[in-house]
Amino acid sequence: MQRFVEIRGLEYSYPLDGGGQVAALRGVDLTIERGEFLAIVGSNGSGKSTLVRHLNGLLLPTAGQVQVDGLLTSDPGNLWAIRQRVGMVFQNPDNQIVASTVEEDIAFGPENAALPPDEIRKRVDEALATVGLTEYRTRPPQMLSGGQRQLLAIAGTLATRPACIIFDEPASMLDPAHRRQVLDTIRRLNAEGLTIVLITQAMEEATAAQRVLVMHKGCIVMDGSPDKVFEHGGQLRSWGLDLPAAVEIAHHLRERDWRLPQGLLTVEQLARALC
Amino acid sequence: MLIQVENLCHIYVPGSPLARVALHEVSLQVGSGERVGIVGRTGSGKSTLVQHIAGLLTPSEGQVLIDGVAVHERTTAARAARRRVGLAFQYPEDQIFEQTVFREVAFGPRNMGLNKAEIAERVRWALEMVRLDPVMESRSPFTLSGGEMRRVALASILAMRPEVLILDEPTAGLDPRGRRELLARVRAWQVETGATLVLVSHNLDELARVVERVIVLDRGQVVADGPTRQVLSDSALLSAAGLDVPQSVTLLRTLREAGWDVRTDRLLPEEAVEEIVHAYAGHATALGALQTVEAM
Repeated sequence: MQRFVEIRGLEYSYPLDGGGQVAALRGVDLTIERGEFLAIVGSNGSGKSTLVRHLNGLLLPTAGQVQVDGLLTSDPGNLWAIRQRVGMVFQNPDNQIVASTVEEDIAFGPENAALPPDEIRKRVDEALATVGLTEYRTRPPQMLSGGQRQLLAIAGTLATRPACIIFDEPASMLDPAHRRQVLDTIRRLNAEGLTIVLITQAMEEATAAQRVLVMHKGCIVMDGSPDKVFEHGGQLRSWGLDLPAAVEIAHHLRERDWRLPQGLLTVEQLARALC
Repeated sequence: MLIQVENLCHIYVPGSPLARVALHEVSLQVGSGERVGIVGRTGSGKSTLVQHIAGLLTPSEGQVLIDGVAVHERTTAARAARRRVGLAFQYPEDQIFEQTVFREVAFGPRNMGLNKAEIAERVRWALEMVRLDPVMESRSPFTLSGGEMRRVALASILAMRPEVLILDEPTAGLDPRGRRELLARVRAWQVETGATLVLVSHNLDELARVVERVIVLDRGQVVADGPTRQVLSDSALLSAAGLDVPQSVTLLRTLREAGWDVRTDRLLPEEAVEEIVHAYAGHATALGALQTVEAM
């Protein structure tokens, strides 16, 4: 594997309106390999969003440094190249929808990159198909439902063909079917080699990643595979987090001296262990 | 207070090529003090329905009555009826506009004509309800995190102490503990005041913990309306409506198919644990009895 992101000693403080500042990141070291699927969980205000906004230079370190594909984010000359490599999808799609029809919105990124019209057409069509919005291509975005607008935001990012996409709670506004569709899309993109960073409050979603980071008060407090991280139910709860339902049920059964194998993350795995 | 939705139809941009039927002949009633959940896939009409109940949209056909008053009309009575309903929007950015958190939360109470002391008391109470630190009062809502902004939006509705509180996906973006605490507080307030609570949510866990009745919408129509336990354990219904089945129900169903004698209408993980332990004990006893018989 090849290092894609390298963060050393990252600290970040937000300035407050009335003067003073709030420390949001307090010394983060993190390496993300190319092609990894990383989930970040943590309570509100733990620093998840602040951390990922450093990955494409939306925020710059107060101290420490961030390198993306060997490029330092603190060098303004690198920002264009970094943002071509790292795309972002936010919780509220309305923050990133710009055009008056669905397909024009998706074309916005490729057009800005001055691609030839054929290539733009191709990318827009592919992105539409990937997120399942082809039949809505000529609609104005405000005519789409909240879930559909999120799929549109993802399509817009996909069309710029980044090496890495950061999803900041992309599914928290979506219904279950669209959530599955978004997660399946994320998994497929990862299988095709894209590096994925997924912030989520739904622990079931984090089990889909290869690696889970837990953040608390501006620090990374846990870093490991989902089955290892979710073994620590008590600690996760003390940080304001939940367990996936299957992990929680298995945990309660173990407390009653049921002997169950470790690493049961899904209901299917738990049912198999019980039968 | 009785909410009557009568034959409600809503068509967005009627008569144009973009016309879309969002609600089709929806009729239902919600009584005083009920806690009702509304679920449905994206585009099923949930948000449109609750905006009608709040009197924010004009029906294409039909009407919403609050204690007999059609809420969308331009009359003094309708205006008074609308004031009894508080709706917190799905996206907090859609409703926040003031310069400070205090002014944002105080906006409703000020419009209600309360005096300064009462307004300050309402703001303090509402911020405490949503667990926002009073030091936030002077900050601009737009500098807050997503979770904090959501709390401000909720607080500004709570501060009006509406008789009907409608929350459209109130906990999206909150962390699990924040979600649970917030809803527990809203539920406690509802029980104490006897207000009516309408909760639009995709989170089956929070519906199971908060509401007594669930209405399922699909393609602008009501496809189910019944007790929470009954509706949320109906896998076939939920799947057909494009919704998830609670994980506990899926687990219990799988066990039942494998021959376990378990009920499948246990929605929460802790209920599922009890059901599994109970069924296993019964199973072990039966097995033990069988072995005793064989030994004889």
